Amino acid sequence: MLGTYFTGALVISLLLLLNRKKNWNYILSVAFLILQCILTVYEFNHQGIQELKYFTADALAVILLVISCIISVPAFWHSYIYFSKGKWLPHEQSIYFSALVILLTSLSGAYLSGHIAVTWIFVELTTFSASALVYHRRNLRTLEGTWKYLFVCTVSLTLVFIGILFLTMALQQVGLKNLSYSNLLANAPLLNTFWLKIAFLFIFTGYTCKAGLVPMYTADIDAKDKAPSPAGALFSSVLLNAGFLGIFRFYLILSHTGIFSWAGQILMISGFLSIFVASVYMYKVKNIKRMFAYSSMEHIGLIMLALACGPIGFYAAILHLVLHSFTKSSLFFQTGQVYRIYKSKSVYDTGDYFRYNLAGALVLLSGFFILSALPPSGMFISEFLILRSLFESNHYWILAVVLLLLTWIIWSMGKNIFKLLFIPAVEPQEMSMEKIPPWESLSQFILLALVVYLGLNPPFAFTELIHNAIKNLPG
Amino acid sequence: MTIILLIAFIISLIHLSVSKRLKTYVSVLAFQGILLFGAAFIELIRINLVNLLFILLETIVIKSIAIPYFLNYLIRRNKITRESEPYLPDFISLVIVTAIIFGSFLLSGTMYTSINRLFFMAAFSGLFTGLYFIISRKKIITHVMGFLVMENGVFALTLAAGAQMPMLVNAGILLDIFASVLLLGIFVNKIGGILKEQEAGQLRNLKD
Repeated sequence: MLGTYFTGALVISLLLLLNRKKNWNYILSVAFLILQCILTVYEFNHQGIQELKYFTADALAVILLVISCIISVPAFWHSYIYFSKGKWLPHEQSIYFSALVILLTSLSGAYLSGHIAVTWIFVELTTFSASALVYHRRNLRTLEGTWKYLFVCTVSLTLVFIGILFLTMALQQVGLKNLSYSNLLANAPLLNTFWLKIAFLFIFTGYTCKAGLVPMYTADIDAKDKAPSPAGALFSSVLLNAGFLGIFRFYLILSHTGIFSWAGQILMISGFLSIFVASVYMYKVKNIKRMFAYSSMEHIGLIMLALACGPIGFYAAILHLVLHSFTKSSLFFQTGQVYRIYKSKSVYDTGDYFRYNLAGALVLLSGFFILSALPPSGMFISEFLILRSLFESNHYWILAVVLLLLTWIIWSMGKNIFKLLFIPAVEPQEMSMEKIPPWESLSQFILLALVVYLGLNPPFAFTELIHNAIKNLPG
Repeated sequence: MTIILLIAFIISLIHLSVSKRLKTYVSVLAFQGILLFGAAFIELIRINLVNLLFILLETIVIKSIAIPYFLNYLIRRNKITRESEPYLPDFISLVIVTAIIFGSFLLSGTMYTSINRLFFMAAFSGLFTGLYFIISRKKIITHVMGFLVMENGVFALTLAAGAQMPMLVNAGILLDIFASVLLLGIFVNKIGGILKEQEAGQLRNLKD
């Protein structure tokens, strides 16, 4: 199945690149979405089976695949709406959709891979396809964003590669060669901790460029700002999940060694600094997309704090990751509509959104409440579990400071969003504002409703998958 | 023999730190490719022919021929002036790179390994010198060259990883270099088309 999936996706992407007719674009996109759904269902039913020698679908891979499948449908739909509302050359549209297909395919490959170097190769591929998406509008600012993204991600993934080399050296000392995750998990206690520590530092630092944590978060923020909104939604949800996956799998391997608490401390430092940096920037930022990008940084920081904190934290981290993907992608889809109405992303040029787009304003309002983890949002449950796990692992000071920072973030974000929703803009140009039909906001309502549903009354299959994903961790 | 080649590699880093002309950067990168090929050939003499041919392709063809040709093309095409402009004076660069090499000597001394220490020294020197070039040079094309110096350091590290270099590691390096340089080159072209002087200081519009 996986071989069929890869060849099919490659063929579809090539055809999308060469094709210039609209109808064929629709047909090929729908074909890819069907292929993606078939793969997800197949992998859900065939967990634990090794395919093509390097790929295994374990529980976390299945969760992330399902998220990717669900989010890719509105991503394609909103991309089409985006293209129908402007004067685009046909080849720009082809490059965009072709890169979108390659991005989603390489993400599926990265989720499913059971070998550490294969994960690295697929994440490298996502860098290339994501930069093609960021460079969509072809002006100086997007060029700058693309250049920074490509450069920082390439250097970071080189650091991951160096980490993998150190891991190879650790394996060679005990006479092993196989770098697959199952082999590493089984033999982790035998490995020299010095090499493992160095490998973890390099791999962690490298994958923070995808996950959006301190230290390599800068390129990610620029990319989410400059890419078209549907692409920004994908960066904030499924690409961030790929970065998390890279870090998580290695953390899982370290959980069987003696340096697990040391690795937890590293995660805690990075997570805490990410929340701190995100709160400082969110106080200052005036661009709505950058604000949501920094909000992603805050949430992945919380997830890292949870991962460092014990069994409740492990469950909460994965739950928070899933819910955050849906919420953030829905908010990014909505900012696409905001940009279409006001032709600007700054809070000074936007305002009184309820008057111009009632459905969209409701999405933003409810999305803000759900993102800030107010009940009945599902994220209330996951954030509560994260804070509880911090408390139960005796990190009282960190808990106190994180609560203060989260309050500050809610205030900064609320200030900007309420300004956008309720206060009229400085100079509204009502003549040139586009009328957006309310049904375009339907996908976002569905995603937000999914967040509430998964938080309050999650289906048994979902909780069982999360428990399977964390079963190898101690406790 | 490997010792001589690796020491020549480290000395070429010092040469890079004081060179002003962009052509020198490109020639030193080609030279480093040849040195690394020599080191790889001697170290991996026991492996099979296919792997050896692959490494030959990677070092000689790509590092020493294709990439310098591509970089020269970019320099000519974008009419980049032939000086590399650093933020720090050359002498300070020299001192810093020497300090990096000395630091990597100390760092490789702390490694618990029976493998030849010199490989680690060459690898860390290449890595940190490459990072230093990325930070301290103004032109965008020199950022790409700093990245290539880093990649040479990573290659030396794979030699240190032992005689069994799995095919996957090779494929990894090749993918990294080839596709990254291709894409970076494409974007250098595009930046050159828009900006008159290719300085990284002009890419400052995206901030809060």
